[in-house]
Amino acid sequence: MQRILSYPEAIKEAIEQEMTQNPSVIVLGQGIDDPKGTLGTTKGLVDKFGTERVFDTPLAEDGMTGVAIGAALAGLRPIHTHIRMDFVLLAMNQLINMAAKMRYMFGGEVFIPMVVRSIIGKSWGQGAQHSQSIYPLLMNIPGLKIFAPSTPYDAKGCLTQGIRDDNPVLFIEHRLLYYQRGYVPTGNYTVPFGKARILANGEDITLVGISQMAIECLRARQYLKEIHIEAEVIDPVSLSPLDINTILDSALKTKRLMVIDNAWMTCGAGAEIITQLIERNLPRDVVLKRMGFASVPCPTTPSLERYFYPDAKTIALNAYQMLFSGKKTWQPRTELQIEEVEFKGPF
Amino acid sequence: MNNQIHKLTEKFYGSLYRIRRVEEEIARIYHTDKIKSPVHLSIGQEAISVGVCEALRPDDTVFGTYRGHAMYLAKGGNLKKMIAELYGKSTGCSKGKGGSMHLIDIARGVMGTSAIVGTTIPLSVGYAYALKYKKSDSIVVSFFGDGAVDEGAFHESMNFATLKRLPILFICENNLYAIHSHHLRRRHSDNIYERARTYGMRAERIDDGDIFKIYEFTNNYVKQSMLGNIMPVFLECITYRWKEHVGPNDDFHLGYRTKDEAEYWIQNDQLKKLKSFLDTDISTKIESEIELEIKDAFEFAEESHFPEANELYTDLFKDSKCNGF
Repeated sequence: MQRILSYPEAIKEAIEQEMTQNPSVIVLGQGIDDPKGTLGTTKGLVDKFGTERVFDTPLAEDGMTGVAIGAALAGLRPIHTHIRMDFVLLAMNQLINMAAKMRYMFGGEVFIPMVVRSIIGKSWGQGAQHSQSIYPLLMNIPGLKIFAPSTPYDAKGCLTQGIRDDNPVLFIEHRLLYYQRGYVPTGNYTVPFGKARILANGEDITLVGISQMAIECLRARQYLKEIHIEAEVIDPVSLSPLDINTILDSALKTKRLMVIDNAWMTCGAGAEIITQLIERNLPRDVVLKRMGFASVPCPTTPSLERYFYPDAKTIALNAYQMLFSGKKTWQPRTELQIEEVEFKGPF
Repeated sequence: MNNQIHKLTEKFYGSLYRIRRVEEEIARIYHTDKIKSPVHLSIGQEAISVGVCEALRPDDTVFGTYRGHAMYLAKGGNLKKMIAELYGKSTGCSKGKGGSMHLIDIARGVMGTSAIVGTTIPLSVGYAYALKYKKSDSIVVSFFGDGAVDEGAFHESMNFATLKRLPILFICENNLYAIHSHHLRRRHSDNIYERARTYGMRAERIDDGDIFKIYEFTNNYVKQSMLGNIMPVFLECITYRWKEHVGPNDDFHLGYRTKDEAEYWIQNDQLKKLKSFLDTDISTKIESEIELEIKDAFEFAEESHFPEANELYTDLFKDSKCNGF
């Protein structure tokens, strides 16, 4: 029997297993030891590992990022957790000016084995300051590694890899991914950096979905299947370094590629992926497109919020238009019930 | 002067003289552009680094700022590697990738200096957290200037350090200016050390730059820590920067400060004062040994090679494997 876990359960298991095996792993962050334990992902850890290894922090994101860096310099492996990714903006000085640069600017004399976990918020009116995805900003910075897994399997494997990695690692979660369930092995395993995952095979179009958009792409794939369009869905998993070859191979096969980003598009991950494809001499006849957040801060009212994000239907519609160059019209059926996409795996 | 004080005086004098002369040499050759890196000289402020670092043990760790030559040398940082670093050579302490503002010598407990004001304060606190966690009895010293007190990270760090009762000594080198801005243009009150007290730590001020007072204070802290009395402690040292903020020259002509203000500190120069306590043959012997060492260091830097082109891409990441504890 394959064991099914939820995404947050997979995260917690990765932390718990690594803490058990390595006393240098510590967890810090606002509210991580409170009754809710960062949406369940750190619940109970303090009882098992004690207050020296699991502790709440003052509301001091920049300072506490520096504390995590300092602890890493002294040989610990801190996991600094932010319940909202927006809060990471307060830590940019330490993250970019220190964590990303110290090894290089000290000629390799130091290393910073730390993980920064952050959760992107969405839905129920999270609004302008609780829904931002700032990974494109961070992809711009040499010296940081970035994971944004969409499945429970990858969540555990990537986080384990991140904790064991000797470099600053950003681990990006999405609130809606917390409803994902899927196959997760009980033992330790790692998922490598720089390797994209093909979540579904198809011949007609490639959909590259980042973070929770990978799930929307799988749903869009169900709509498209109804009209006999087979979409290939790729989750980059590792945004920095990025596995462009897997994406390139798929684009060469399907001749149509759309990147659906979970962020704004300007200077974004989609812009980066498409540019890298072009730089690798992608044939001119391959059709390219990107989708992402509307170029405004996120509104709270549901009537506007629904237009802010790409979703399965808008992705399917855009894919359809790419295939038929707008010559035919089609609407995804409204009554189609698409169940939660579970990952049965194993991968 | 009893024997112990005499020995200390000789030691302090040697360390002060070495730092002063290294920086004077940097200033002397700076116009040749052999050092293609901004330099922030510590001339006038050396007694703080020397007074503190002479009281530390080799396995104590210091973090500092871009005005870090004095701290690096006082803690025992490798002089040859420092000068080579300023020259941008591959034999430098940061392989030429850091320059004057990013000095490191882990073997001597110099954990690195940073060009962004206030950034190493939380790092030193985190390092102290790890020391306590590992039940080490060594301590951390965090050096920073009065400008860093304006930064949020300073306050965040003070709070966390006392909250967790960490083995850390905060040394504020208050030279009165952040670039050209007097500290009372940047804050309401002249009370940096008193602010530290409000976070729950002992905090004192030494306002005359006396190297023995600074040494005694630190020595006391180190002894207390070894007895298990672990708490952060704060020391504000009033001092004065003789040279311009960045570069080898004087800048009294700019008009943001007066020569009169500097005069007290120039008269109060700890280097001159200590020399007056020593017999001439002793100070001459100390000086000539140091002059040779400095000459060697600059020759080493001159003769060293620049990094090869492929070095551009090295040392961004460390190959990963899980390190034991």
